[in-house]
Amino acid sequence: MSWLLIRVYTLLVYLFMFLPVAVVVLLSFNDNEFGSFPITGVSLRWFLKLAHNDAILRAFQTSIVLGALTAVISTTLGVLASLALVRYRMPGKNMISTLLIAPILVPEVVLAVALLLFLNALSLPKSFPLLLMGHVIFTLPFVVLVVQARLIGIRRDVEEAAMSLGASPVQTFFQITLPLLAPAVFAGMLFAFTISFDDITGTLFWKPGGVETVPTQIFAMLRNSISPEINALGTVMIVLTVGLPLLGVGIARTRSLRHGS
Amino acid sequence: MTIERREARQPWILLSPSLVTITLLLIVPVFFIVVYSFWLRTASGADQAGFYLDNWKEALTDPFYRDILLYTLKIAAITTIFCAVMGYPAAYFIARSKGNKALLLMLLMLPFWISYIIRTMSWINILGVSGALNWALMHLGIIDEPLQMLYNQVTIVLGLVHFLLPFMILNIYVSLEGIDVTLEDAAHSLGATRWQSFLEVTLPLSLAGLAAGGLLCFVLAAGTYITPVILGGPSDAMFANLVFEAIITQLDWPMGSALSLMLLVVLGALVLVYNHFLGMGQLMKGLGK
Repeated sequence: MSWLLIRVYTLLVYLFMFLPVAVVVLLSFNDNEFGSFPITGVSLRWFLKLAHNDAILRAFQTSIVLGALTAVISTTLGVLASLALVRYRMPGKNMISTLLIAPILVPEVVLAVALLLFLNALSLPKSFPLLLMGHVIFTLPFVVLVVQARLIGIRRDVEEAAMSLGASPVQTFFQITLPLLAPAVFAGMLFAFTISFDDITGTLFWKPGGVETVPTQIFAMLRNSISPEINALGTVMIVLTVGLPLLGVGIARTRSLRHGS
Repeated sequence: MTIERREARQPWILLSPSLVTITLLLIVPVFFIVVYSFWLRTASGADQAGFYLDNWKEALTDPFYRDILLYTLKIAAITTIFCAVMGYPAAYFIARSKGNKALLLMLLMLPFWISYIIRTMSWINILGVSGALNWALMHLGIIDEPLQMLYNQVTIVLGLVHFLLPFMILNIYVSLEGIDVTLEDAAHSLGATRWQSFLEVTLPLSLAGLAAGGLLCFVLAAGTYITPVILGGPSDAMFANLVFEAIITQLDWPMGSALSLMLLVVLGALVLVYNHFLGMGQLMKGLGK
């Protein structure tokens, strides 16, 4: 009886999490000329309108370039740091871990203000590089956490076996460690990209005038009124940030099945 | 160089890029705004370097700032309580369910991949004047005119709970998952009712996860900038909105620095208290999932 109650409660909690998002997707296909209720038919008109909106296309371009660069830099730093934390014993490890996740513990506004003012004092005003540095600093802790969790599962004896069979440390790294690390690297990059792609608060502080990422573009559009185009844009973003990773996981799984592991 | 010494140096070589990045882009900038907060914005619009207490005096004594700080902490506390009350049973269900645990966990991760601003604005589709709820109520003949349900404290909390609930559930789930199920059974077989064994065995053992989730929810809610702008009314500014106003709109950087630091000190104190009693381990476990 009480278990049933918990089950229903959980169902309601999940509905609360997903219903509003489902409505976004639903309304984005709505033919109604105001894009709101009632649903009058299925139409792709808002997506077509979106495809012709230059500001949004530019924002997408900025977001993708920014996200990709952030992912590469952040994952490189994060994988190296995680290797050190997982593979080696050293003094002060706890303090280093805390330092590495510090950017999560500092409110994003504070991080944004500090970086903006400091780099401005070094005569680096609001610019794309500032935006990139900002995104690297707050995606780094998440990459470290995700990669560390993956690394713990990789057994060390394979590497030791390779070395004892005469492979040099460099050979071992590229032929044994790196392929084993690949899923962790991939997970880190995906995570960093998504966080960067989604960020708005820091971006609003750092972005130079005239440059918009997808979230800041949506934010600017919301200030006028909610247009059905925003729902369509939301659907596109959900497909990009949820659909693509799921596809990636699917491909990775079928490939690993084919390789027989 | 001996092998041992090389072994000892290797982790530092691996760590140095990250540590240098965090030092240069976080630690040094935070120290910089500490200095900056003692500068002064002159009438001409230039920043006067020096050691002036004016910003701090204003930030700490002006009731305007104090009220908004208290309002921010209140919103964050209410949000955290709602997250805990809504999240705990759900986390318990996921941890104890047998068949569809993987699916439930995957769904739980999904919101992290969906844009924050899309999730926040999605409530406008539900509660707005031409939203789903007003349409349904009018359609059923319960109301004639659409109700103004948006842009108040309630919708801010709603938006924040919607955003932060997955963090809470995940943290509680991780701690529940670490508890041996047979403990509850043992208590039960020794005569405790299901409810008693939950209250006296499971709940205390899962408090670490609840605390980690609570800290995360509180800190993220108190630092939020976007939600009050999208879902709040004109008088619902939270502390981060003040900071944005000072830095970006008024370009009063010394005052903006002082306000940022005030927020950092208040929330940082909370993190330190948490760290002192519980350590960062549980929080990292929850975040790394």
